[in-house]
Amino acid sequence: MSLRLPRIGTSQVVALLAILAINWVVSPQFFDIRLQDGRLFGSLIDVLNRGAPVAILSLGMVLVIAMRGIDLSVGAVMAICGAIAASLADSHSLPVVLAAALGAGLACGLWNGFLVAVLGIQPIVATLILMVAGRGIAQLITEGRIVTFTSPELAFLGGGSVLGLPTPIVITLALLALTLLIVRGTALGLLIEATGGNARAAALAGVGTRLITLAVYAWCGLCAAIAGVVAAADILGADANNAGLWLELDAILAVVIGGTSLFGGRFSLVLAVIGALIIQAMNTGILLSGFPPETNLVVKAVVVLAVLLAQSPRLKGSLAVLGSSLFGRRA
Amino acid sequence: MVPVSSPHDDAPAAPPSGAPLLELTGFSKSFAGFKALDQVELTLRAGEVHALLGENGAGKSTLIKCMTGVVHRDAGRLSLDGVDIAPRSAEEAVKAGIATVYQEVNLAPNLSVAQNLFLGRQPTRFGLVREGEMRRRARELLAAFDLDLDVAAPLESYSVAVQHIVAIARAVDQSARVLILDEPTASLDAHEVEILFAVLRKLKARGIGIVFVTHFLDQVYAICERITVLRNGRLAGSATTAELPRLDLVRMMLGRELAQATASAAHAPEAARDVAGGRAAAFATFENYGKAGYVAPFDLALRPGHVVGLAGLLGSGRTETTRLVFGAAHADSGTATVDGARVALTSPAEALHLGFGYCPEERKTEGIVAELTVRENIVLALQARRGVTRPLSRREQDEIAARFIRLLDIRPPDPERPIGLLSGGNQQKALLARWLATEPRLLILDEPTRGIDVGAHAEIIALIRRLCAEGMALLVVSSELEEIVTYADEVIVLRDRAHVARLTGEDITVPGILAAIAEADPVQPPPAAAGRAA
Amino acid sequence: MNAAGRNSLNRLLPVAATTAVFLLGFLICSLTFPNFASLRVVMNLFTDNAFLGIVAVGMTFVIISGGIDLSVGSVIGFTTVFLAIAIERWGVPPLVAFALVLVICALFGAAMGAAIEYFELPPFIVTLAGMFLARGASFLMSTESIPITADLYSHLADHALRLPGGARLTVPAMIMILVVIGGMVLLHLTRFGANVYALGGSRVSTALMGVNVTRTTILIYMLSAGLAGLSGIVFSLYTSSGYSLSGVGVELDAIAAVVIGGTLLSGGYGFVFGTFVGVLIQGLIQTYISFDGSLSSWWAKIATGLLLFAFIGFQQATLRLARRSRRHATGGAHA
Repeated sequence: MSLRLPRIGTSQVVALLAILAINWVVSPQFFDIRLQDGRLFGSLIDVLNRGAPVAILSLGMVLVIAMRGIDLSVGAVMAICGAIAASLADSHSLPVVLAAALGAGLACGLWNGFLVAVLGIQPIVATLILMVAGRGIAQLITEGRIVTFTSPELAFLGGGSVLGLPTPIVITLALLALTLLIVRGTALGLLIEATGGNARAAALAGVGTRLITLAVYAWCGLCAAIAGVVAAADILGADANNAGLWLELDAILAVVIGGTSLFGGRFSLVLAVIGALIIQAMNTGILLSGFPPETNLVVKAVVVLAVLLAQSPRLKGSLAVLGSSLFGRRA
Repeated sequence: MVPVSSPHDDAPAAPPSGAPLLELTGFSKSFAGFKALDQVELTLRAGEVHALLGENGAGKSTLIKCMTGVVHRDAGRLSLDGVDIAPRSAEEAVKAGIATVYQEVNLAPNLSVAQNLFLGRQPTRFGLVREGEMRRRARELLAAFDLDLDVAAPLESYSVAVQHIVAIARAVDQSARVLILDEPTASLDAHEVEILFAVLRKLKARGIGIVFVTHFLDQVYAICERITVLRNGRLAGSATTAELPRLDLVRMMLGRELAQATASAAHAPEAARDVAGGRAAAFATFENYGKAGYVAPFDLALRPGHVVGLAGLLGSGRTETTRLVFGAAHADSGTATVDGARVALTSPAEALHLGFGYCPEERKTEGIVAELTVRENIVLALQARRGVTRPLSRREQDEIAARFIRLLDIRPPDPERPIGLLSGGNQQKALLARWLATEPRLLILDEPTRGIDVGAHAEIIALIRRLCAEGMALLVVSSELEEIVTYADEVIVLRDRAHVARLTGEDITVPGILAAIAEADPVQPPPAAAGRAA
Repeated sequence: MNAAGRNSLNRLLPVAATTAVFLLGFLICSLTFPNFASLRVVMNLFTDNAFLGIVAVGMTFVIISGGIDLSVGSVIGFTTVFLAIAIERWGVPPLVAFALVLVICALFGAAMGAAIEYFELPPFIVTLAGMFLARGASFLMSTESIPITADLYSHLADHALRLPGGARLTVPAMIMILVVIGGMVLLHLTRFGANVYALGGSRVSTALMGVNVTRTTILIYMLSAGLAGLSGIVFSLYTSSGYSLSGVGVELDAIAAVVIGGTLLSGGYGFVFGTFVGVLIQGLIQTYISFDGSLSSWWAKIATGLLLFAFIGFQQATLRLARRSRRHATGGAHA
């Protein structure tokens, strides 16, 4: 297992630091952190805390995208699993609640994986089905109401803290570590990158690409379930209409900002999480700066465009020529 | 030069033969220092079908691309009817009168036949396509080729042969003087080839010059007046079909002068191999193994320390044979055994676990994962065999990569370099390393020395010999007959997707293989217009 | 020729299936609810789904060409807000405002098409950026719902063709019908339409056949965004207001309508008429739920999802069958 940052990661880290610095300029208290009732508070902690759901989603999404796929259904799966957790929270013990919610997420992921790997449907089409139907299923579970709960155990997952850190941050870090362990601690990461980079070559080298595809979508569903539970626990309820709404797009954006190409291949888990934090830091920054929160989408659009242009095959080609003529050859 | 009276499309009389319609001289093109074309020339006469032949990498496609402006030539003159032209795109070439129909029919399969014929130039009134008029014209156009189709039906509902004819009709209707057909018959059966040839004869009668790229020699002799052969980017020869017997043609294509070939055919004596005491027991056997429409059923035995070479022209079924053996294609007849036990080769993963290894011919699309490092590419197959849960530690990976980089002299010797940045020869070595790392009992190599420099070439041959001596079974496809004869213990010759001859021991000579490829009995003329066997 | 004839039937099969599903659904509704089978219900179905129908026609072009446009919902939202502000705050005459907003939307679509072409980027992600941008722009203009009180609006709202049985063919419904007919003409009867199909069939071949692929792509996204703008105008007529959150998720409904209408999401095949029926099916589900009264709205989403799955599965199966039969096909019609 290697935790070192990939060679290309510096630009993302620099971008995050720059945004944090801008936030600090517009709001001098940005880096102030205080300890209150055994929990840390402050804008920086807020960025981490609010960024947690997208960061968790991106941990699944990054693997799917590395396989040249995409999962549009994660927002809807969040809603389903949040609804299940909220509905069961006050009548069942936490393990049962979690097992039910995560099991549902896993089932959703397996469904997507089945459509893609076995039936051979394009990922964007296959996951569209659950994206449309999933929110209906979530509303079916909540019967269209906003289901609230009081279970302190479940609430702890959203609002509690461990050693001062809000639980969502801890869960994100733990999940990052677990994903790193599973993906980089086994050969899975290499096989995913090989399959995403050249599926035919990987299959001819004896890689069981179909099983890996299934596993990756299942994992993405599981991550969506965890994000859904955390989001529900945070607001002490489940709103099937709005839980996870458009978060699939944020998750995709986080992965793309994190340097993983939509055309598959090389990926980085750590940078995907940093991508999620970049998105959240921008959100928070706009709030702090007193700009209307509506600016957020415009800024996001600009970021997407910038990242797109940076990834564009044609532009990359001309930039590389430009770069090599300006700075000489680089490795 | 005598200007040719330009024959109108409707002119029934055959044009004056002998007058050049299209002339190209001194064509050269280099890609990153590699000479893909070197001083090539070709003269096409009106009303002539001119075969352009050569093995993979001979420069055929580069030549066509240069003629049609898709690729810009470094040097050379191109003249049509005595007038110099320099098309800069396929569109300009069409306007100038040179149209190309590729093997993968470049039409929209989902559109109707009529739309395909007239896309971009449909008859319109008030901006609306006059569907009836368009269909009428389409029927008229196709009737000239004795083709009576429902022109409103989507193109894809017709056979590939019909699609080719539609593409040709479109090209010719756009005032083509010169028609380039790039392997139009590769996926046609005998009957379809005959239909296509009937169309070509009509075009000849109209005075259109046709450049015909194929690798079916029967077809060359059935329809072509003249042959130009390319080899390694150079002109290997040009002659009329009547002047060039089949054996000489094969020799020209594979680049062997008989005397030279015999001299180098000093076959390594059987005794020199470590198989004293008779033949080793077969590691893997295939009986009556085949797949309909892919490769006719064949028998094959692969023994430790034994090299089986597959020889034949491009498209003869060599690669297909290796794919069946490796489980990348599924046989629909016959049985396979490994160590005497029957096995079902349903996937490459299966073959990998049985101890097979496979270096495909298409290095870029099927071999390397370009953005991954040399190290990662080398350990890929070994890791796939160990499974997800038993990762090779970074240290093990480094050791394996370092060992093979040293052993095979992969340059630059940097395991962390993305493999896409290496030269072809070094990519090939890394792919060999990928399989050697799995310590295979059978290694299948499809054109292992194609497109790589001379140095790497020799090293790979030496490696094949060494592996063989170490007791590995090898199945090698190669167009380099001189090479094959130096290391093969058995050569299987393929023609038209069937194994047609098996040579062993003293019989393995370049002339022997050439004769088998060109058909054993050159006295009997080929049946007119025979396509490949179904 | 038989094979070809069968194939023509095959490509009509999805649309036929969609139409059958609609008729069956309508029959079930009529049997369940006594007042259902009336011209009035049908006309209401048209009016209520007019904006979706208009935008789905544009989406049909995009999807047949092998692309996708995620920005249409946001463009609708932008249009309603722009109209409200232009008419109410700036005092622009409504018709001028309509023309203005259509031009803006068309330019926006052209920009997305150009980005897709020139930077060789996937349409999915480019139109995602467009989605953020258009929605962000409407938020920036106003986050509140602005009522539109212009005379033209109340006039257009009242204006309708009275039909027997108390049914009214409203202006939005008329616009939708015109757009559907116009879309059918454009897609099936013009050179541009043939180019759209060709692009979806094979991009490389289309370029080799001399079609200006760049121009066609830009026009397609212009058309889609322009129709989204028109849909926004209709939406603002329908609600007599402008609100930055209007049209949220419409892109999904439009894509669903296109797919249920028998268009292949991978491009190359489809009909505007199928999309129209797809929109009606979605509307029918909503109408059923509102007639029933006890059923909840989420069943609409689940039913749409099930239909999507059924049609995608159906397409996948026919594609595989077609591929298999083509492999075995030999000969063809010849004299």
